[in-house]
Amino acid sequence: MAETTASTRLWNLARGMLRTRELPLLLIIVVTIVIMANRNEYFLTTANFRAMFVGLTPTAIIAVGMVILLVSGGFDLSVGAVLALSGTICARLVLDGMEQPVAVFGVLLMGAGIGFINGLLVTKLKINPLVATLGTLSIARGIAQVLTEGVSISGLPATFGTTGSAQIANIPYMVLMMLVIVIIGDLALRHTRALRQAYYVGSNENSARLSGIPVDRVRIFTYMLTAFLAAFAGVLLASRLMAGTPTAAQGLELQVLAACVIGGASLTGGEGTVLGAFLGVVFISIVSNIMTMEAVSIFWQQAVTGFILITAVAFDMLVSRRNA
Amino acid sequence: MSAALLEVQDVSKSFPGAQALRGVSFELLPGEVHALMGENGAGKSTLMHIICGVYTPDGGTIRINGRPVTLTSPRQAQNMGIGMVFQELSLVQGLSIAENVFVNRVPTRIGGSIRWGELYKRTQALMQQFGIDVDVRTPVSKLNITTRQVIEIVKALSLDARILLLDEPTSALPPNEVEILFQTIQRLKARGIGIVYISHRIPEVMEIADRVTILRDGQRVATEAISSITPDDLIEMMVGRKLTDLYPERAQDTGTELLRVEGLSRDKAFRDISFTLRAGEIIGIAGLMGARRSELLRALVGVDKAQSGSITVQGRSIQIHSPQQAFESGIAYLPAERKTDGLFLKMALTQNISVTALRLFSRWGLMNPRAEAAASKQFVERMGIRTPSVQQLVGRLSGGNQQKVMLSKWLVRQPKILLIDEPTKGVDVSAKVEIHALLRELVRQGAGIVFISSELPEVIGLADRILVMYEGRLVGEVPAAAASEQQLMLMASGYVASGEK
Ligand SMILES: Nc1ncnc2c1ncn2[C@@H]1O[C@H](COP(=O)(O)OP(=O)(O)OP(=O)(O)O)[C@@H](O)[C@H]1O
Ligand SMILES: [Mg+2]
Repeated sequence: MAETTASTRLWNLARGMLRTRELPLLLIIVVTIVIMANRNEYFLTTANFRAMFVGLTPTAIIAVGMVILLVSGGFDLSVGAVLALSGTICARLVLDGMEQPVAVFGVLLMGAGIGFINGLLVTKLKINPLVATLGTLSIARGIAQVLTEGVSISGLPATFGTTGSAQIANIPYMVLMMLVIVIIGDLALRHTRALRQAYYVGSNENSARLSGIPVDRVRIFTYMLTAFLAAFAGVLLASRLMAGTPTAAQGLELQVLAACVIGGASLTGGEGTVLGAFLGVVFISIVSNIMTMEAVSIFWQQAVTGFILITAVAFDMLVSRRNA
Repeated sequence: MSAALLEVQDVSKSFPGAQALRGVSFELLPGEVHALMGENGAGKSTLMHIICGVYTPDGGTIRINGRPVTLTSPRQAQNMGIGMVFQELSLVQGLSIAENVFVNRVPTRIGGSIRWGELYKRTQALMQQFGIDVDVRTPVSKLNITTRQVIEIVKALSLDARILLLDEPTSALPPNEVEILFQTIQRLKARGIGIVYISHRIPEVMEIADRVTILRDGQRVATEAISSITPDDLIEMMVGRKLTDLYPERAQDTGTELLRVEGLSRDKAFRDISFTLRAGEIIGIAGLMGARRSELLRALVGVDKAQSGSITVQGRSIQIHSPQQAFESGIAYLPAERKTDGLFLKMALTQNISVTALRLFSRWGLMNPRAEAAASKQFVERMGIRTPSVQQLVGRLSGGNQQKVMLSKWLVRQPKILLIDEPTKGVDVSAKVEIHALLRELVRQGAGIVFISSELPEVIGLADRILVMYEGRLVGEVPAAAASEQQLMLMASGYVASGEK
């Protein structure tokens, strides 16, 4: 075997990075920013970017869970509904006079509980994840509507809004929290033994089982993590809006899925990184930010997200078929 | 020689990090069985994939009946009369046997509705040629590997091809099925059909082939008439040196009892199986099609459930209901189907090897990729796994090299009790020797092994004790030192009730 010299190692590193999804995606994002900055003077301003990042914070937090779930071969459509339900319940509890930390803790626990149920449905009852989480989606949305009779819960005490509006060095506190979650999530998925198991389960469930990986436990955990993060995003959003809105985050699940797939996750499992998913979220947010600036109607924006999702999935299928 | 059915000239093919073929020429005559041999990763499957239109070559020409052709899809190759049995089984799991055999060519009525009756009748007849009596409506996912391999062969035969490419069709086939395949091949030969036959089993090649072409490192080393060479010549041309001592020395003494199975039964599969395994011992199970050997191993690790009987591991009686639990009690199981049950094709070689022993390669919950790579390198060297790097995706390795990775992943964990279904499936001669030595080393350190092999010489050579199964029952036990192939065949066919007679 030839010795690996520093230059070949560098070359291998560069090639390896090009083969991943993150670097090309980052390049596309940078190029888009440069082009837009020249077209529209408001685009590259602190105000615009701050608004954009505050806007994408809940999506990005959920994407961290979703991409880990996708890696393990799972799938969750209920995240938007769980977000809405958590926001409304949290608002209700606080309005009814519960201590805020207790209310938040309770809601997070409920989120993990919903994930646990999703996980049980998928692993023990062997219900298709699409069907199972579509069911929990309906139930969670339904309960949120019933609890609020369809209108937002407002009139919350001012202290409830602190987390959602505070800033550190001109950066919103929420955004910082999101970045921390993204970084921890990325490192954990790359390096921890617990999450390495997610890759095995998603790559080949049979082989994983026969290699002694606790497949069901891994699956249930990833569903719990996703729903937990969705609940957390729900609380943050409620704090920012100072309201619990039962109709919040409609269609968020598609945005999150599109972001993960753009970032290199595969719907057939075994592939994806948190960094990729995060860049996917940023990309989608920039696209919709641009569309808003160019005064494209909100309805078209939804259509464009769908288009991006289908393109990304189609691309993913083509690539994986070629490698098969 | 313009009478050749197929002429391949100067064909090359490279993959990222691997030059699979370098200017290989090859020729197939009508009515000829042309064996293709070479070590794992020599380029045999790649050449076949080029001939049947799966890969396009980087350079070179292919002529069929003297006319140059450019093949771009397996469908097109099929239309030109090329049929293939793939090394990695290519059946669609969810579809029935009949649908798999006649995929794309199901008989239809005018208007397009499928003539199911016709489809089933024709498939049934084909399967019966191989002495297999199954309901052809059974989905493939429910069948064992041997039956799948027969289906794969039947599917290629049903094409009425002029050129038949068989890529290790017998790697999991017991002797009697091999015999039936050989009879079929003789009939096809008589009709002027040309057959390319890839195998690592030298006796088979000596028996069936007319000529043999040997590849090494993607280049052709030689093409010879079988009548003019000996098995030792073959090995030397493939490996580049002579091989002695194909099997390691047997165990001297055995230790404490590791596994005791008593009266294990699973309805329709096997009945009343009892045996014990001691530390330091290797048990081989011989049997033919329908002996239910694989089913027995699967039940021992809880993939299938046994209805009655008891399992005692190191003195403790346990109920096993999942592989996970078997794993925790020290029983490891290596299935025969590497693609669906064994490997993680989209993951790196290192990660495939470390999967059974994640704790060994991590500290404080964090994985240590350097340790994974170091351990993998040892196995790559020891078993001669041909790969550009230890980070290569396992799906890109050749079949035999994938098998070596699968074995490594259990050897790295050093289990107490190891159950193996076809340990050297698709592995070349020199690596086989190395694997046998490694397994022997493992039991010398206090483990015990039970294995199934469709190759009788391997059962006799590797085992200390041989159990023989026939139609779901244990029909005898023979010390390997005293066993002969003929005797085992008779017992496995249900003629002799016990090894002593
Ligand atoms: N899709 C692929 N991507 C990258 N490398 C490949 C791919 N397919 C084959 N190779 C490489 O090409 C070489 C030849 O592989 P091939 O499958 O033809 O070997 P083989 O002679 O059939 O071996 P075996 O006896 O193990 O089946 C190997 O080194 C293998 O790693
Ligand atoms: Mg091969």
